[in-house]
Amino acid sequence: MSYNIKNSQPGNSPAGISSGDKWREWCDRHAGSFFIAPAVTLILIFAIFPTIYSMVFALSRVRFTGDGLQFRYVGFRNFEKQFFGSSEMHFLGRTEPVSILGMIIFAVIVVAVFWWLYRSWKTASWVRMLGRSISAAMAIFLGWILCASLLSGNSIGTLYTTLFYVLFGCAVQFAIGTGLAFLCSQPIRGKNFFRVLFFIPLMVTPLGVGFAMRMIADVTKGPFEPILGLLGLQDWVWSASPWSARFVMVICDSWQWIPFIFICMLAALENVPRDHVEAAQVDGASSFQIFREVTWPQVVPVAVTVLLIRAIEAFKIMDLPNIMTGGGPGSSTESMTLHSVYIWRANDLGSSAAIAYLLLILTVVVCASFFNYVVLGQIRKART
Amino acid sequence: MKDVIVKFDPQNRSLMERLFEPPAIGKMAPFTKVAVYSFLAIWSFFVLFPIYWVVITSFKDAAAVNQGPNFIPFIDFQPTLDAWRINFTADPYCDIASIARQIYLLAHNSVVFVLSPFVSLQPMEPQICKIYLAFTNSVVISIISTIFCVAVGSMAAYALARIQYKPKFGNIMIFVLLILVVILISTYSGIPWWMSSAVALALFFFLARSIGRHFKMSLGNGDILFWMISQRILPPIVVVVPLYVMFQAVGLLDTHLALILLYAVANLPIVVWLMHDFFANLPIELEESAQLDGATRFGIFWEIVMPLTRPGLAATTLLILVLNWNEYLFAVFLATVKVQTMPIMVAAKNTGEKGVLWWEMCAVTVVMIIPVIIMSVLLTRFISKGVLLGAVKG
Repeated sequence: MSYNIKNSQPGNSPAGISSGDKWREWCDRHAGSFFIAPAVTLILIFAIFPTIYSMVFALSRVRFTGDGLQFRYVGFRNFEKQFFGSSEMHFLGRTEPVSILGMIIFAVIVVAVFWWLYRSWKTASWVRMLGRSISAAMAIFLGWILCASLLSGNSIGTLYTTLFYVLFGCAVQFAIGTGLAFLCSQPIRGKNFFRVLFFIPLMVTPLGVGFAMRMIADVTKGPFEPILGLLGLQDWVWSASPWSARFVMVICDSWQWIPFIFICMLAALENVPRDHVEAAQVDGASSFQIFREVTWPQVVPVAVTVLLIRAIEAFKIMDLPNIMTGGGPGSSTESMTLHSVYIWRANDLGSSAAIAYLLLILTVVVCASFFNYVVLGQIRKART
Repeated sequence: MKDVIVKFDPQNRSLMERLFEPPAIGKMAPFTKVAVYSFLAIWSFFVLFPIYWVVITSFKDAAAVNQGPNFIPFIDFQPTLDAWRINFTADPYCDIASIARQIYLLAHNSVVFVLSPFVSLQPMEPQICKIYLAFTNSVVISIISTIFCVAVGSMAAYALARIQYKPKFGNIMIFVLLILVVILISTYSGIPWWMSSAVALALFFFLARSIGRHFKMSLGNGDILFWMISQRILPPIVVVVPLYVMFQAVGLLDTHLALILLYAVANLPIVVWLMHDFFANLPIELEESAQLDGATRFGIFWEIVMPLTRPGLAATTLLILVLNWNEYLFAVFLATVKVQTMPIMVAAKNTGEKGVLWWEMCAVTVVMIIPVIIMSVLLTRFISKGVLLGAVKG
């Protein structure tokens, strides 16, 4: 080696020894690190680090001073406030008094959850058991809040408002989106036209959707005013009652998100082999039977994956309620993200971070549970 | 067999059968056809109506809006261009020259920013009306951020599809622990953040080289991929407050760079997820033969793999471009004055002293949503070819 280097003159150097080649070779040897390092670094700096840093906010009382922020450690005071203190009404809703119905349903939920845990006790490893216990704890907590607030006739807080947007919104969007995809997967003309048209709302800026919906839902200047007049509802204002406001929110959110379900489900439905369907038709099956027995089992894995993605995005909802109602009436259309933003505006950074963290925990536990117990199960079933 | 032939014999059928039974396999019965097309027509109306309403409202004046609903231009109300004029030409510096100056300013200021550690140059002050400022900001931020995000994301996705990684679990734990220590030290004591992070980084490399060798448990490519994709679950509100403080500490608050970086990271999981699927489906033989011919990893990636995934790359780029254009939450926290994007600009119209001026807001909204509608039409062309949805099929 040293012999080669000694004899290498510019102009007649032996192959692969010039400094440029060395550099090239060194780069190639470490290509693995170079390829992945930028992405990992970016995620570490702008996602992981702030997530951990956010915990410091959540555990402190933060004050703006002349030279930046001043942190004072207060333990879990910010979280305590959301569950038992001054913000309890805002976050959880009214949880007292609990009605008999609520108690009975809560008892049923607890029994069901423990039965589910007991069933997997023997087969699962301890890691899985830990995961299941976390899911079970979350289920019991959410069940208790549900029974104590909604089922006892009390008002609900931002926690359940968010869950309402996620669960009810996903259900509506999935039903309509799949229905449309099924219609479009029939042998119709202009399929591509409908595909382009139905896809557009998904891409429209959520903020623009918020404004458009706010104008359309306006009861005096909006286009529905004549229809409401015909129905004798001139004095009805949807934004005055909490539940109608929440329903309007879900409808407007659906306008934007149905296309997502539609486009994914359409791709899945078109993937179902045509001859399976036609064979069933020859055998004299009705279209409903064909859908239930032939098409549906083949698209379930895609359906649950799409639902998971939709649920993940739905937990982040904020633009629509922010624009349309500003969270009102009261705080009844505030999602948890919006709740956190409003508290941030009121300069209570600690509580804001605490609520954001609670949202993170809620999202992760719900989505991970759904992924582990539904999506993976369906994918495994489809593979066998 | 005989039954089947009779059932699909088009001649001998009663009227009811003709209406409700398909004439041939793979076709629809007339009644079903009518039902399907009417449902599709109704839904098309639902999709188009809000957009139509926004567009016509932008041509109304105050009277036409406040009188109650007016549906059809020239019949129900007389369209005017007032709202457009107020937004796009009324303010000072609302002309092509100002836009040209703004574009020059962006180039000039970025050069100044890059050279700022070495030479002190004076950055230019923007001199342009609000709407054009927001529009140029949105264009610049979303395009640069998209290119950056797709480049970084597809590199990582390619690496995860082709190169084996085995990060030690223990090293990751050490890293997280060090981050915690850095955060605690720099918040509750007076030590500057850059000093503690530099020390921690050095310490990490030292520990990883010394203790790290003895760890047994290691993760695989699937774990890294899952980790990257799962970043999408993280609600942006969790990170936005710390990011505000971080950017303030390094003096990047209210700059283009901050938004470009953040948008890139927010969409990185999507890019990695989609591109990984494309790369994993490419035949590996091509790359292996190139490797035998002496091509480097970078050469293979740039000259062989990227051209092969061009449709997927284009579709992903379009999707990310749209998402960047629409982003609101990060911008509302981190872009206060100078780098207002279109959504911020529109949201600011929501609160006026004279109530909401619908017609003005609609004009701005139309300008905001026209680019995304064009892009979504382009994107659908890729989707109908089957690009982009492979990843969902898992």
